[in-house]
Amino acid sequence: MRGLGLLAALLLAVLPAHAVEPDEMLADPALEARARAISAGLRCVQCQNQTIDESNAPLARDLRLIVRERLEAGDSDAEVIAHVRARYGDFVLLKPPLNEQTLLMWAGPFLALLGAGAFLFWRMRRPPAMDEDEAELLEQDRP
Amino acid sequence: MRRLLAFLPLVALAGLLIAFGFGMQRDPKILPSPLVGETVPGFQLAALEEGGAPLDSGLLARDGEPKLLNVFASWCVSCRVEHPVLLRIAAEGVPIYGLDWKDTPEDGRAYLAGKGNPFRAVGSDPNGRAGIELGVTGTPETFVIDARGIIRHRHVGPITAEVWERELRPMIERLRAEAAA
Repeated sequence: MRGLGLLAALLLAVLPAHAVEPDEMLADPALEARARAISAGLRCVQCQNQTIDESNAPLARDLRLIVRERLEAGDSDAEVIAHVRARYGDFVLLKPPLNEQTLLMWAGPFLALLGAGAFLFWRMRRPPAMDEDEAELLEQDRP
Repeated sequence: MRRLLAFLPLVALAGLLIAFGFGMQRDPKILPSPLVGETVPGFQLAALEEGGAPLDSGLLARDGEPKLLNVFASWCVSCRVEHPVLLRIAAEGVPIYGLDWKDTPEDGRAYLAGKGNPFRAVGSDPNGRAGIELGVTGTPETFVIDARGIIRHRHVGPITAEVWERELRPMIERLRAEAAA
């Protein structure tokens, strides 16, 4: 029983860490939850592979505070994201929008699938090709 | 045909290597600014120096000539590298405005007192909010602003003598010609 408790404590200890400090949090839990969800989709511009929700960089903290300020001012989630995007560009969105710059990235996997499919189709419709050596062997096996 | 097909993976690999080679020339830390082509966002900052001019973003539109807006801080090492170049640019008669980002006014004042002040006006931005309005990701960053107060270019990192000669001075000269026309 004590072992189980210890195990539970250890498992809890490895939950993903967040950088949000208690003094940043909003009193309203619903608003705070929205802030967390928005922050998880915004990239930290100082440490580019983290979200502002995860990053300890000072600039990430500033942006978390701005997200919360905008929410308290009554902005919708989309308005808050647009506010940050107007300053730092599409790069801050962890899910990039579909536009002419990102078209190849979004379409890439499907194009690759289509290409590979077309290639396989072409190969399977053709009678299997043989090497000259192979053809010669078959030739000799004939009576 | 089959023989040629055997070389296809090699050709694809060569293509990828060339693409990656070009990709490595880019610094991924330098992000394109969505503010290029836009009016300077609104901010009002208290003067860093006592008796100095405050930095109002409206000022950047009103003075009627192309200028630089330099984001610096006393804690920023690369700012020390570009400082002599900024002094030279100011001596050439190009207006430079300063934004002391995420810095205490005392430290900012001491920094400029020790190194010389190239700025027409310096705003103090201790909490960094004005910098964030500009989409600043670090110091130094420099914005080229035209006579009408529209941001035309953002330079990330120190302005070396070479960057000034080859990139920024020609740009300022072009904007001067544009303003005169």
